[in-house]
Amino acid sequence: MSESVPIVVAEGITKTFDAPGGGRLTAVDDVSLSVRAGELTALVGPDGAGKTTLLRMMAGLLKPDTGRLYVLGVDLAKEAQSVQDRIGYMPQRFGLYDDLSVRENLDLYADLHGVPEDARRTRFARLLEMTELARFVDRSAGKLSGGMKQKLGLACTLVRLPDLLLLDEPSVGVDPLSRRELWKIVRQLVDAETLSVIVSTAYMDEAERCAQVFVMNEGKMLAEGVPKAMAEAARGLTFVAQPPPGATARELQARLIDADALIVDAVPSGGAVRFIRQPEADERAVDALLDGIRRQARPEELEDAFMMLLRRHRGDDGAAPPRVALRTPAGGVGEQAVIVVRDLVRKFGDFTAVAGASFEVARGEVFGLLGPNGAGKTTTFRMLCGLLPATSGHLEVAGLNLRTARARARGKIGYVAQKFALYGNLTVRENLEFFGGAYGLRGKVLRERVSAAIEAFGLEAAAVSGILPLGYKQRLAMAAGLLHEPEILFLDEPTSGIDPLARRAFWRTITALAASGVTIVVTTHFMEEAEYCDRIAILDAGRMLALGTPREVKERAGDADGDMNGAFIAIVEHGRVRSGNVLEAAA
Amino acid sequence: MSAFPSSQRAPGFVRRFVALLRKETRQLLRDKSNLAVGLLLPVALILLFGYGLSFDVKNAPIAVVMEDRSPAAREVVEGLRGTEYLAPVFASDMAEAERLMRAHEVDGIVRVPTDFSRRLNTGDARIQLLLNGVDSTSATVIEAYVTGAVGIWAQHRADRAGNKASVGGSVEVMQRVWFNEAGESRWYLVPGLVVLVLTLIGAFLSSMLIAREWERGTLESLFVTPVRPLEIVLSKLVPYLVIGGIDLAMCLVAARFLFRVPIQGSLAVIVTASMLYLTVSLLLGLFISAVTRNQFDASQLAMLASYMPATMLSGFVFDLRNVPAVIRVVAQALPATHFMGLVKTLFLAGNNWPMILRDCGILALYALALVFATRARLQKTLE
Amino acid sequence: METFVSSLAQIGALIRKELLALLKEPSSRALMFCPALIQSLLFGYGATYDLVHAPYAVLDLSGGRAATELLARVDGTGVFVRTATLASPTRISDVIDDYDALMVLSIPSDFQDRLDAGQRAPLQVILDGRNSSTAGLAAGYVGTIVAEFNASLGGGVSGVRVERRAWFNPNLESRWNIMPALIGALSMLQTLMIAALSVAREREQGTFDQLLVTPLTPMQILIGKAVPAILIGLMQSTIILVIIRFWFRIPMNGSLGVLYLGLLTFTVASVGVGLSISALSLTMQEAMLYSFLLIMPLMLLSGLLTPVRNMPEVLRIATWANPLRFCTSIVRRVYLEGAGLSDVAIDFIPLLIMGAITLPLAAWLFRNRLS
Repeated sequence: MSESVPIVVAEGITKTFDAPGGGRLTAVDDVSLSVRAGELTALVGPDGAGKTTLLRMMAGLLKPDTGRLYVLGVDLAKEAQSVQDRIGYMPQRFGLYDDLSVRENLDLYADLHGVPEDARRTRFARLLEMTELARFVDRSAGKLSGGMKQKLGLACTLVRLPDLLLLDEPSVGVDPLSRRELWKIVRQLVDAETLSVIVSTAYMDEAERCAQVFVMNEGKMLAEGVPKAMAEAARGLTFVAQPPPGATARELQARLIDADALIVDAVPSGGAVRFIRQPEADERAVDALLDGIRRQARPEELEDAFMMLLRRHRGDDGAAPPRVALRTPAGGVGEQAVIVVRDLVRKFGDFTAVAGASFEVARGEVFGLLGPNGAGKTTTFRMLCGLLPATSGHLEVAGLNLRTARARARGKIGYVAQKFALYGNLTVRENLEFFGGAYGLRGKVLRERVSAAIEAFGLEAAAVSGILPLGYKQRLAMAAGLLHEPEILFLDEPTSGIDPLARRAFWRTITALAASGVTIVVTTHFMEEAEYCDRIAILDAGRMLALGTPREVKERAGDADGDMNGAFIAIVEHGRVRSGNVLEAAA
Repeated sequence: MSAFPSSQRAPGFVRRFVALLRKETRQLLRDKSNLAVGLLLPVALILLFGYGLSFDVKNAPIAVVMEDRSPAAREVVEGLRGTEYLAPVFASDMAEAERLMRAHEVDGIVRVPTDFSRRLNTGDARIQLLLNGVDSTSATVIEAYVTGAVGIWAQHRADRAGNKASVGGSVEVMQRVWFNEAGESRWYLVPGLVVLVLTLIGAFLSSMLIAREWERGTLESLFVTPVRPLEIVLSKLVPYLVIGGIDLAMCLVAARFLFRVPIQGSLAVIVTASMLYLTVSLLLGLFISAVTRNQFDASQLAMLASYMPATMLSGFVFDLRNVPAVIRVVAQALPATHFMGLVKTLFLAGNNWPMILRDCGILALYALALVFATRARLQKTLE
Repeated sequence: METFVSSLAQIGALIRKELLALLKEPSSRALMFCPALIQSLLFGYGATYDLVHAPYAVLDLSGGRAATELLARVDGTGVFVRTATLASPTRISDVIDDYDALMVLSIPSDFQDRLDAGQRAPLQVILDGRNSSTAGLAAGYVGTIVAEFNASLGGGVSGVRVERRAWFNPNLESRWNIMPALIGALSMLQTLMIAALSVAREREQGTFDQLLVTPLTPMQILIGKAVPAILIGLMQSTIILVIIRFWFRIPMNGSLGVLYLGLLTFTVASVGVGLSISALSLTMQEAMLYSFLLIMPLMLLSGLLTPVRNMPEVLRIATWANPLRFCTSIVRRVYLEGAGLSDVAIDFIPLLIMGAITLPLAAWLFRNRLS
């Protein structure tokens, strides 16, 4: 295999689709690229950048309208099948057969790829060991947790060593532990067997580990290069600042990110705020904005360069956070607990999903619920929303006991489900009108609230919701959950799969809501997002392992200044070592 | 190309096919609802068709109003009692009889008017027959029985009176009903059942197979393997051919031993033709599935495009010789119509080789056309 | 009062959403209404037991005047059309076997001589028994024709005439019997499935949780799901009704009010059945297959194709649990017989009981299948 010959070559490929409501939508616009063999290559970009379309074209599942595409030196227009015989492709949602067991899924793909019996034994043993699925070989795929499904999907594409591996956002919705394992597998293959991998991702820390990065936006190729070199675009512009005493990092971050003429991006981190200055901004103006707060330079990272690229190309379009001007619920911010959970237990048969969780959430607080897939987060969440009765324990939401006043309690909470759970074939306005109506709004009030929400969240009333970009779907779901001005908003993995810009906008809204007195309970797999929370709880195997401010939690993990990701993994692993057989329960 | 020598050889057709087949079979066996429709519903239908459905009018209740109580009138009415088809009850007057008919307690009224015996002597006696025409089929049959019974009585009466009336000869109907001398409707309903069961297994169950894979996203992963579209189609066909084969066997056993319907034609021909039809109907379902890519639409279409017409337009109960030409053309376009005609002939009439060859040929053409149409719709593309 | 209005408004929002989801796309709109339209037209023409232009063949070995006259009478009825004139008895099986003729009239060579001699002359009628119903009908017609022929020959052998008069359907057309029954059957086919899929679909698409966290009670959700299915069912019924009345011109004798009351009660009962299936099924596929499993027997045991009276005792009892049986009965009696509410009241009772059982059952299942 010669190093000089690229494994994928695209020459000016363009792909358009019929846009709903007439016209054409350009998904990939005149893209040319050349990917080196034997390396890990990343494809990054926000929603709708065209990453998935590009990968599908490389897999021979879509034909470019114009241009040429060579994979493994083969012209895809002529011999798609011979390429498909040799590559591995893992779509965003790998098509596992839920009714087949782990082994049967693996066997199917091994048979289809013609892996001989003897090779299969060693290969499977290795894959099962790498994915830690060995103990679940006879479990049906439908009963695996999200992270395990993703790992099984990867294993299915690796039943034999492909000549090229295409991974489409493999870590979406996967917890940090599984994500680390997934990458370990890929890494091993690249290093040990010089596998060529192209991976699309929304995580910049993943892209940073790749040899080559391609940045796409709205169908166009914006930049390409080695991560280190690309990061240099942000040199001298990156800083970190401590919030003044009495203020939270979230508030300072909001102030900074709102000043988009001066600041490219700002995120809370370890109680401080990391930000990027606009290259053409006046240093003094920035200092004026900081109002006496000291800023320190910090080394630039790929994410900084990526954010700069995106801001430049997107302008204000996707970046502008929605201006939420909702009425403050009665009560205002205070110490008063609006959620009280004591000794909460939920069992499914003889399986204990939640084993005695206790915590309180104060009004106006942003409370994060973290944990690996299958830790009991979702179960806890569903109990808090009244979707699932608790087996035992005390549960009080908005001053109402969920055992006795479930329906009344539901009127006071808003809920944004994991994945987009609104009606896909209805328009934005129709969805909002329905949910408003279901919460008992009608007539003029309903119309006004819907119009206000559409305005506040920057939505298009007549757009069909099912085909909105993910970031906008998420906004719509938020808008629907807030129409009835709930006291408490529950968000289940609200940022899963959406790009950094949309995530910034999302958290800006959360900050505004919390400031106006809405209590927020949120689950997430993005550990850096835990930094936005006032307090977080880490769950694993149904037990609460840690509870406190992000800093306190990091201190418990032994590194108060480290990143949240590391702290999370340390706490969960420590918890597992202590309880021994917890893995069994986690699945 | 030489820069990237393939690191392994793709497996051959047989291995891939066997792998897919194993997968489809496992999925089928683990799906309770599918098995219920595939194996339980046919049993239910067999029993319903064999015992529940019948066009044979027996013991139809009719009211008799005797306004004339002469011996002649009594004799006529006595004639109505002699048959198992009619169950006469006496009503005191027309008002009561009409009340009975309105309440659906009787299906017809036989009225012997006051002037019956007087007019009998002049040769123009009348007997009035009132029928509830809503159930027109039963009404027609009752009319035939009443007319027949009265006719027989009149014949006897004429014979008794000597031959003075018969100046000329008369035509006597010598009736032969071929294939089904007793005229039992079960004899043609049960062969029709074979068609319905195979249509059901075929189109309805298979219509969801490809659509399900589209909806669950499994095809996208499957496409990027050495698998060819045709193999996907064929592998889905085989397990359901087995299910259909079991159903066919149940139908045949029930027909022969439970319902005692004669099977005149050769069993081998019946089985061959049935499996051919099953293939066509499975392929039709798969084609619908590949086109709609959505389970709900697919099942609705399968029902509307295959099951309903197979019941109503294939000549199952409604004789196609009675329908307008346009409808006949539509019916002739249905594979079910050809198989229905063939299977009834094979059961009741026996091997009719020209017909067997013609209809099997048509079914084979359908099968071929559908294989290619489905394959064309199931390109490895997500567009 | 205020809470009641508010509760209604909440249900209204749900109904509106359900209708939008069902009818928004032109293709799904078509799927809701075209099948009723096309099927009622096709089956209106195709589903008939009546003999019209039934093909028959003649083997006339006598060639006499009487034979010609008899055959002219057969041709003159409009029921039979002569499609073949056979030269020898060996050809009979050909035309029968290949479905070319429903019936063969075989006239023996001594036909004319026997008649002239005042004897009985046999007319052989060979019928295709593969469809015994049509064979029976054809035999009946031939019998009548021959009787009339005999009467013309000998001047009234019998001296008795049976005068037939049929209520509600003077010409005994089977279409009049079948078409009204199709109103219930065709609309049930789809409404039951719409109802059966309504919850299963939300469950599969993940929107059911979102619906459950709203303050809507299970009863409100149930009503919100039932009403759109009922409305679509009644729309389909109306389409078929219009075709029957104005395209096929089958006269309607009863009151439209009673008819719709019957259809409404029936649709409520079958939607109740559908929603119960929906609450029990975890996936759309299950919901579809289980409702199909139910629809088939319901259709067969409804009296649509064969009279309920002809069924054995056990099955006749089973039909008491079949909403379609009572709908068929109500529609036929109201439409054709002009029956009033008091005449058909008895048929409403089982339907009301079914609705009263299935709807609360579905609501209970919604609540108890959540965890």
